[in-house]
Amino acid sequence: MSQLALLASTAPAAINQGYLLQARQMQALSFAVHIPLVCFGIAFPALVLFVEWLYLRTGDELYRTLAKRWTKVMAALFAAGVVTGTILSFEMGLLWPSFTASFGSVFGLGFAIEGFSFFMEAIFIGIYIYGWSRLSPRAHFASGIPIAIAGFTGSLTVISVNGWMNHPTGFHLQGGKAVDVHPLRALFGNSYFWHELVHMYLAGYIVTGFLVAAAYAVGRLRGRWDRYERTALAIPLTVAALCSPVQVLVGDWNGREVARAQPTKLAAFEGLAQTRRGAPVHLLGWYKDGRVEYGIPVPRLLSLLAYHDPNATVAGLDTVPPDERPPVNVVRIAFQTMVGIGTLLALLGFAYLAVRWRRKRLPESPWFYRALVVAGPLSVVALICGWVTTEVGRQPWVVYRVMRTSDAVTGAGGIPVGYATLALVYLGLALAVAWILRRLARVPLNAPPTAKEV
Amino acid sequence: MHLYELPLLFALIGLAFYTVLAGADFGAGWWQLTAGNGPDADSIRDHAHQAMGPVWEANHVWLIFVLTVVWTAYPSAFGSIASTLSIPLFVAAVGIIFRGTAYALRAGASKARELRAIDTAFALSSILTPFALGAAIGGIASRRVPVGNAAGDQFSSWLNPTSLLIGVLAVVTAAYLAAVFLCADAARLGEPTLERKFRTRALAAGLVSGAIALAGVAVLRSDAQPLYHRLVEGRGLIGLIASIVAGCATLALVWWKRYEASRYSAALAVAAIIAGWALAQSPVFLEGLTVREAAAGRDTLVAVTVAVLAGAAILFPSLALLFRLVLGGDLGRGESAAGRPTQPRSLIATLAPGLLPRLAIACLVAGIGFTTIANAAWAHAIGVFSLFAFIVLAFPAALPPDLLATPLKDTNAKKADPR
Repeated sequence: MSQLALLASTAPAAINQGYLLQARQMQALSFAVHIPLVCFGIAFPALVLFVEWLYLRTGDELYRTLAKRWTKVMAALFAAGVVTGTILSFEMGLLWPSFTASFGSVFGLGFAIEGFSFFMEAIFIGIYIYGWSRLSPRAHFASGIPIAIAGFTGSLTVISVNGWMNHPTGFHLQGGKAVDVHPLRALFGNSYFWHELVHMYLAGYIVTGFLVAAAYAVGRLRGRWDRYERTALAIPLTVAALCSPVQVLVGDWNGREVARAQPTKLAAFEGLAQTRRGAPVHLLGWYKDGRVEYGIPVPRLLSLLAYHDPNATVAGLDTVPPDERPPVNVVRIAFQTMVGIGTLLALLGFAYLAVRWRRKRLPESPWFYRALVVAGPLSVVALICGWVTTEVGRQPWVVYRVMRTSDAVTGAGGIPVGYATLALVYLGLALAVAWILRRLARVPLNAPPTAKEV
Repeated sequence: MHLYELPLLFALIGLAFYTVLAGADFGAGWWQLTAGNGPDADSIRDHAHQAMGPVWEANHVWLIFVLTVVWTAYPSAFGSIASTLSIPLFVAAVGIIFRGTAYALRAGASKARELRAIDTAFALSSILTPFALGAAIGGIASRRVPVGNAAGDQFSSWLNPTSLLIGVLAVVTAAYLAAVFLCADAARLGEPTLERKFRTRALAAGLVSGAIALAGVAVLRSDAQPLYHRLVEGRGLIGLIASIVAGCATLALVWWKRYEASRYSAALAVAAIIAGWALAQSPVFLEGLTVREAAAGRDTLVAVTVAVLAGAAILFPSLALLFRLVLGGDLGRGESAAGRPTQPRSLIATLAPGLLPRLAIACLVAGIGFTTIANAAWAHAIGVFSLFAFIVLAFPAALPPDLLATPLKDTNAKKADPR
């Protein structure tokens, strides 16, 4: 609190930004567009490399065809990821200049290191995409490995920044300025980001796996079911089916970490107004006037999940003044959506693994494939809800309990214009990506390479 | 050289790389837009597209590098620049989205009409982005960006003579660089028609950008007095002279068809003018803020410096590899026979049946124990590793073996053509 008072008393001329909410929505939109592409950056190179490795081991052309076709999808999605990621880094300054001006010296290093991951990704994806018929098979396979590594290091450094925003350390405030700054300690000596990293990394494989599998499940329902399609479905589906139950365990660990470091956020997950022992969980329902209405209560479950003790005391929203509480319903609904979808995906994964184990074959019921078609988009919904949970749950702070989002926002005008422009541009981008993916899917399997194809 | 200046030096080097490499990519868009109609124009557009295909993403990352180094090492300056110059920076960002989208789309376009529409979108954004970024630089160079959150004027900070000059200069310089590079590429590929076309374009664009740069000195004299004086009378003069010499040398080299050398002299001409600007403006970063005042604390500066040097140690060999493959023709046009893989081998080394799933389940049990039941940080670390081990071990066990073990029996999806 004393830190906050210091900051407020010495902050330069207070900003009166009438469009703070629009600025936050613009940031959220940019993020929601970029983050599914990040999943493909994390997981798709590894899947493509696995298929290429199968080709190297067996010499079977089918794998080469599949890996080459996936490479084209990867290239298109990477290009979209590059530009949407660039928007996010612009917005650090365009929307939140005071955040960057005050704390760039603390968290900026994470992005600077991420820049090098991005370089590696861009360089080797260039070599990989254009090297299919121009490098020896081994050299080509090797050129893909840095892409997969950079996908990991990139998410590590970016999430270290997010972890710091949620659990700021490594500096002191003096006269509203960050002094005594130790960026390495702030970013990587911070214990509060590993759970987020693991959660996101698994999410990358789940989203990629279910989305790619969903595309081939559509094909199966339409009768396309040769060995090529079966392979293209089974590989991503197996990855997603294994990762989604594990994600439930990791998500539970995430919840305990939040309970430890950000009790107000945890209270918003449940809509727990008063601090109490043996706190329940309400499924569904709506938070209003300090209680959850129309929810299905499960007594003592929150205490049990958060502290492994059904009688543990859980801090409620009443532990902080009303102007330091996040918008409960947004956080709560996003959280419940994420958990609900995550559970369904884990069950679908179990069903697949059970059929594989008991019957030694792929599932045959069309209902399984219909579920798979839905699971792809739902996994993206869960991903975005997860980020809404953690980022809106952090509000009203941009740096948890140090700097308010309203103090970080730009004083420049024109946010609604920028927001509308960006929304239109991103709509165009989404249509363009959908168009190109359909185009790539329609190319016949044994089409001879055209002159244009490089 | 002080520690507080080092990250700025890195950022300026990054800016020079961005201006030269991404600038050439932007310029390629200019030549696509002005190519006209007909098969000749199509060959120009294809040539421009293919030359930057493998490299544009890597070239683009230099911009991210500059942004991240500046906001880490000079946070208050970054906040002031981004908030006051939010309009041109947003325009540049939108241009970047269009460029990336158009690039991704081109891979799926098959009809001439589609290609044409995509190339036009690409080309227009290739003009918009360098202009907007140049206009933003002009605002900084003419000291129209004061310290503070949106403290400067939202419009006159980038709609002023210096900004317009640098914006236009950025567009024509990009076209000039692109023409020089594309000419050299055409010569390397043995395409005399394209070589001739881009040689003419390189000479013309070189003369135009030289003329605009000279006229620009007069603009600076009336609009940005402090910069002008230090550019023509002070330390900046070295950069200015180097740029003029390298620019003239490039024209001569292109004229004598020494294209490979002209790549480097053209790049030098652009890098030198950035150096001249930096020398003329230092030690002032923004109006009322010196580089020293803008710099972050010592620990941050040391960390950035170490990170950049360590990053450069892996970056430059990788970049060299990429450009060697592209310029050496290995990634350019034309197929060189790729070798065949070795003899088919059994896919997974023979294991006792059932060993893999059992190991996987053991890892899963350990993972649940250490992640869910235990509550110490070290236990969680073991737990996460166990869970990842479970996924890795269970993956081959859970993959349908009929897809993997008997590939050669199924001729259904096998292609006849070994290539």
